[in-house]
Amino acid sequence: MNAGKPVKTVLEQGDISRALTRIAHEIIEKNRGSENLLLLGIPTRGAYLAARLAKIIGSIDKREIPNGVLDITLHRDDLRSRPPRALTPTVIPTGGVEGKIVVLVDDVLFSGRTIRAALDALGEVGRPAQVQLAVLVDRGHRQLPIRADYVGKNLPTSADEIVRVSISEIDEIDQIVIAGANES
Amino acid sequence: MSTYLIKDVELVSGEKVEIGIADGVIMELSNKASQSYENILDGSGCIALPGLVDLHTHLREPGREDAETVLTGTRAAARGGYTAVFAMANTDPVADTAGVVEQVVRLGKEAGWCQVFAVGAVTKDLAGESMAELGAMAHSAAQVRVFSDDGKCVSDSQMMRRALEYVRQFDGVVAQHAQDPKLTVNAQMNEGTVSARLGLRGWPAVAEEAIIARDVLLASHVKSRLHICHVSTAGSVDIIRWAKSRGIDVTAEVTPHHLLLSDDLVESYDPKFKVNPPLRSSEDIAALRMGLADGTIDIVATDHAPHPAEDKECEWAGAANGMIGLETALSVVQKTMVDTGLLTWSQVADRMSITPAKIGRAIGQGIALAVGAPANITIYDPSKNKVVVAQEQISKSKNTPFEGIDLPGQVRHVFFQGNPTMISTEMVAR
Amino acid sequence: MSLEVVTELPRHLLSIGDLNHDQALLILDTAEELAKISDAPIKKLPTLRGRTIVNLFYEDSTRTRISFEAAAKRLSADVINFSAKGSSVSKGESLKDTALTLQAMGADAVVLRHPESGAANRLAGWTNGVVINAGDGTHEHPTQALLDAFTIRRHLGSVGSDLKGKHISIVGDVLHSRVARSNVLLLNLLGAKVTLVAPPTLIPVGVESWPVEVSYAIDEVLPEVDAVMMLRVQSERMQNSFFPSTREYSRLFGLNLDRMNLLQKGALILHPGPMNRGLEISAECADGVQSVILEQVANGVSVRMAVLYLLLGGNIGVGS
Ligand SMILES: [Zn+2]
Repeated sequence: MNAGKPVKTVLEQGDISRALTRIAHEIIEKNRGSENLLLLGIPTRGAYLAARLAKIIGSIDKREIPNGVLDITLHRDDLRSRPPRALTPTVIPTGGVEGKIVVLVDDVLFSGRTIRAALDALGEVGRPAQVQLAVLVDRGHRQLPIRADYVGKNLPTSADEIVRVSISEIDEIDQIVIAGANES
Repeated sequence: MSTYLIKDVELVSGEKVEIGIADGVIMELSNKASQSYENILDGSGCIALPGLVDLHTHLREPGREDAETVLTGTRAAARGGYTAVFAMANTDPVADTAGVVEQVVRLGKEAGWCQVFAVGAVTKDLAGESMAELGAMAHSAAQVRVFSDDGKCVSDSQMMRRALEYVRQFDGVVAQHAQDPKLTVNAQMNEGTVSARLGLRGWPAVAEEAIIARDVLLASHVKSRLHICHVSTAGSVDIIRWAKSRGIDVTAEVTPHHLLLSDDLVESYDPKFKVNPPLRSSEDIAALRMGLADGTIDIVATDHAPHPAEDKECEWAGAANGMIGLETALSVVQKTMVDTGLLTWSQVADRMSITPAKIGRAIGQGIALAVGAPANITIYDPSKNKVVVAQEQISKSKNTPFEGIDLPGQVRHVFFQGNPTMISTEMVAR
Repeated sequence: MSLEVVTELPRHLLSIGDLNHDQALLILDTAEELAKISDAPIKKLPTLRGRTIVNLFYEDSTRTRISFEAAAKRLSADVINFSAKGSSVSKGESLKDTALTLQAMGADAVVLRHPESGAANRLAGWTNGVVINAGDGTHEHPTQALLDAFTIRRHLGSVGSDLKGKHISIVGDVLHSRVARSNVLLLNLLGAKVTLVAPPTLIPVGVESWPVEVSYAIDEVLPEVDAVMMLRVQSERMQNSFFPSTREYSRLFGLNLDRMNLLQKGALILHPGPMNRGLEISAECADGVQSVILEQVANGVSVRMAVLYLLLGGNIGVGS
């Protein structure tokens, strides 16, 4: 499968939980509480991470934190590089995004193009008061002037390495691995 | 005139012989030739058939020389093993006068690839309204014996009756294109499950069968000779079988494409499969094969109908009806009738040479190979196989429906009145 | 890391028969997502920016053309409208020449409306671009069937599900209807039961091979169905003796107030339009609470957006 190149596990079960908990505290701290927060995850894994974060923040602050899903497919700039992708339903909780502090949640921050598309997609939905970004992993190699407000782990990689995030909701396990470049 | 000896060839009886040809006739037919000949041809693995005769060819000249000419059409005929063709009357102008039929025959003679007999129109301009000068055509140099409005049906019952009666005086035959026009207005393909799905206007079998039923009864009533062109349905076979059992003087033809191709091919909407009568169901195909095997259907005729590319490169409904077939006919008959065990080679000679010549009164054609007979001979190798390529057809038009189909057999040598038109699968320059 | 589409559509949309169950559902579900966006205040998505879509219409159909145009524009595609009505089809050449011209102009997709069955299939053979059949003769009209199914599902089903167990009747000139052919295929694909209702002259020979039941008695069928789709009946059919008079047709097969009362509560009334009010459908039925005819029109844009996105939104369909 991975000719000669080792697969390196960089975050394990407990590491991911701890990272999310830390991000949750940072979100509360930065926003001086959790009032007015709306967490929107970017499919696929970002959506589950947003739900987890909302739960953690909610248990810290003892309140329901609204969270949803923001599909960015129609705003991607690399649509022509691959077969058409199915759309994932965008789910915006009642109340919408107007006047909210929206925290976009994704698993890996890489080129920044996904976030650019997410900002466009969010523009379709409405006009939040503020937009912030939380990612589990920042692996560098940005192609756009975008940075995350909350980072679970900074992970220096070479551009052709593959960072694979697994989360228990769909992958049966929480872990992040770096795989060799030539793997597909 | 050069002399030829074909060695190591099998007669339809299975007997291995050498065939000596000189002075336009078969000089010898024995297991060892006694005379010497200038040219020796290899006939090993081949069957010797009397030169094929096509009772139904559209040569398109005069009028549509962009599709085919007498020269190009007869050359294609020779390549397919034919030594005689009957040129259909639906030219422009229509072959409804002595002048036109004589011109077609003369052009055939000048081309020299095979003998051309002219079919005369039954009605003036094929309009179905008044009788063409049948007698003038019969007594012209063209000696017309077959009359047909092919492409159109002689649908008026009274007109059909009169034509059947009238041609009796010169031993003629009316070849009917059986298609009730009212039942087939704008019809596009066989009416059935495929037409229902494709949304193409249906062409019901009954439109053919009703005319055949009427015409055999008319032929019976006036005691005339009737020929049915391109029978395409199981019901038609039944009606003709019934008519023959009653002693009615009816003959019938089937085309190679109706023996092989079914209407599900239309799903491509490719007009190369558009033809009149339309391709039918596989049940019809089975009935046609049985009919040809048991003699209900007398002959195979090609209905070779060339059309230039632009008449087929369009929407289905806008496309012309018709397919070329001279060059592939014998191979299709081998595939559908011989390789399936339905016909012997002797019966193939009957269905593709002897009987069509008899129906058309084609003197000098369709004569079983024998010493002294005219040297109209087709030497055919049934063991070769070849995938049909449209662009390799030498007909001026390339509208074959068999493209991409693997067909058995290959014509190796053809002699027309003692002269080779093809030697070792190569056309002989004339 | 992103979710790949396991189900890809065929290169062209020529016939519902080219789709499988999952592909049909993918279109409906995608349309459902796009419908949400269409409802939002900003109606333009960048998805098909730089793509050129040609509406090639050999028949007048303002409704279908505008629907495709709106769908393409909401996805930021460039749209060229090419009306070729009245161009000679008998001489043939024109469609092929037009196809080659459009290809030379760099059309990524051609939306074709044509009076002859199979025209879209032919066009697909002559161009590198994507061909979308917007109605060909009496053959098919796939996007109409998709929007009909979409409309029915919005009322009787849910996103992600098909129409299993639903019973839908199609009433009228099935013989000449491309809408009926596409709908029969699609509704069957989605698990619905279909009953055709028409005089025998307007049912095609060969219908026994279709996955449908056939009835000549509308009053017996209406109480059974979850939706009834009325087809347009052209009065020209009367001249060809498919039925004796429009009055008799209307009496035997038209949907009127009495018949509407035979429908179950919640059963839907559909019509692909344009309607002959008073012939196949009365005004009360067309405008009544059970009618979803206007929704069909609105849903047309979402469904066509979905089709355009799924055919042109990826790396396929790019002119070579
Ligand atoms: Zn004919």
